[in-house]
Amino acid sequence: MSGSAAVVAMTNVRRVYTSVDGDRFVAIEDLSLEVGEGEIVAIVGKTGCGKSTTFNLLLGLEAPTYGSIKVLGKDPYGDFDYFRSKFGVVFQTDRLLPWRTALQNATLGLEVLGYLESQQKEIARYWLEKLELGGFEEAYPHELSGGMRQRVAIARAFSMSPEILFADEAFGHLDQSTAKRLREVFLNLVAETKKTCLLITHNIHEAIEVGSRLIVLGKPSRVLYDVRTPVGVSRAQAADLEDRILTIIEANEVVQV
Amino acid sequence: MASGVTDTKVATSTEQGDALSRVLTVVVGKKEPIISLLVVLAIWQTLSFFLPKYFFPSITTIVASFAEVVTTPELIGDTVITISRIFLGLLLAFITGALVGILMGFSRLVEKYVLPVLHFIMGIPALSWVVFAIIWFSHVEMRIAFILLAGCLPNYALIIHDGIKGIPKEYYDMLRAMRPSRGQLFQKLILPGVLPSVLTSWKVNLGLATRVVIVAELVGATQGIGKKLLLAQELFRMSQAIAWTLILVVFLLLTQAILLLLEHRLLRWRPAKEGGMG
Ligand SMILES: Nc1ncnc2c1ncn2[C@@H]1O[C@H](COP(=O)(O)OP(=O)(O)OP(=O)(O)O)[C@@H](O)[C@H]1O
Ligand SMILES: [Mg+2]
Repeated sequence: MSGSAAVVAMTNVRRVYTSVDGDRFVAIEDLSLEVGEGEIVAIVGKTGCGKSTTFNLLLGLEAPTYGSIKVLGKDPYGDFDYFRSKFGVVFQTDRLLPWRTALQNATLGLEVLGYLESQQKEIARYWLEKLELGGFEEAYPHELSGGMRQRVAIARAFSMSPEILFADEAFGHLDQSTAKRLREVFLNLVAETKKTCLLITHNIHEAIEVGSRLIVLGKPSRVLYDVRTPVGVSRAQAADLEDRILTIIEANEVVQV
Repeated sequence: MASGVTDTKVATSTEQGDALSRVLTVVVGKKEPIISLLVVLAIWQTLSFFLPKYFFPSITTIVASFAEVVTTPELIGDTVITISRIFLGLLLAFITGALVGILMGFSRLVEKYVLPVLHFIMGIPALSWVVFAIIWFSHVEMRIAFILLAGCLPNYALIIHDGIKGIPKEYYDMLRAMRPSRGQLFQKLILPGVLPSVLTSWKVNLGLATRVVIVAELVGATQGIGKKLLLAQELFRMSQAIAWTLILVVFLLLTQAILLLLEHRLLRWRPAKEGGMG
């Protein structure tokens, strides 16, 4: 996590939205954080605290109002094209293109990269297979269940072998057991491919179990609490931490570690 | 008890209807429109018994006229001319309209200035354009092209603009996170995203264009179905007028069928709105 090795580095980032009437809304107040290579970071925070906005900034889809953002040492907004195929994103909703089959959705990133069609299909098939979607390659999104669609979205994210994975409440709207299974599948793939991964979740329990590190964001976004969450913490420890995090979120004040 | 009786009656009549409808289905696809058509024809034939022939010629006279029209060498010439006018005019309106629609879809500024103008133009009746065209242009083809452009361009532009606006921002973000080129963004998202709107716009405008072209041909054209209709009127030949009209109807139905077929093929990814074969 030393400065040069940081995969993600945000320094005093501020994001203010100005409405048409000129009203200003601070979505991100003063956010500084660093993520090192191979880290799996779970991010929690109140709804509307600017988590998705943080992702949008990291993905270079919008620019910060103030502050600097470096991803892989470059500015994701300014050096936009450098990041071709660097990001694998699983959004809260699957965002599958409805006019494409599961296979065609999974090849999307590879098409952007200009792979040969035969290669695209081979790679996408491999990932669909891995996500237990063999036999559903030709199905259109509306013919698949919510869980299956989200798995196609995961296949799409992994198939172009990105350097960083982003998951924004990716399993939030699924039923508990499906969410649990998909989360495991996703994390196994992350571990297997040794990618750096940022994961937003509303489920604090999940956040503790999932990552190697947990960040609590305040509202508007700033880091309230940043803690390592090693694997194999006892149930009691996890329960303690969960309570503590709930209190922090409620208090909305920065905790010095 | 009473309802039981009617039930059996209904049952037998549908059984009888089934045989007929099966035959009709094989020929045309669906029975209901055919039945409606037969009823209209029957009413017409009845009227032709009581009213003067030059108002309501009998079906046989119409069929004869139709056969005559269809077998004359003029048919090809006039029909081809009218249809080419429709298609060329529509193509022109589509290309410019799509361009305007796309520009509005991607530039707030263009949208702000152009959208109200288009809505205003949409309020102008097609017939007014015919009058303007006669005043402004002396060349017939110019007039027709202008009328089609004025009548259909706003339609194309508005529908395509709507289509572009309808593509969810979420899809843009999802794709942009992959860093596609402009061409790829257009090809993979915008084009398939507006395709349903494009098809809709053609369906709307084909009908409009056909009506408008005929009116335009009534004034000043030396050839075309509109001209032939005018001639029939001057000679008081009702059966001829009907025959030429039928050709137009057939053309319109055919193109609509082709569009539906296209829609079926191109938009097969859409969830079916109705279950079963209906
Ligand atoms: N484009 C925008 N224009 C104006 N306001 C915005 C915009 N995008 C986000 N916001 C506002 O910024 C705040 C943070 O939004 P964001 O989506 O980042 O929250 P979030 O933490 O992801 O919430 P949730 O947990 O509910 O997904 C919200 O109050 C939202 O209304
Ligand atoms: Mg969010």
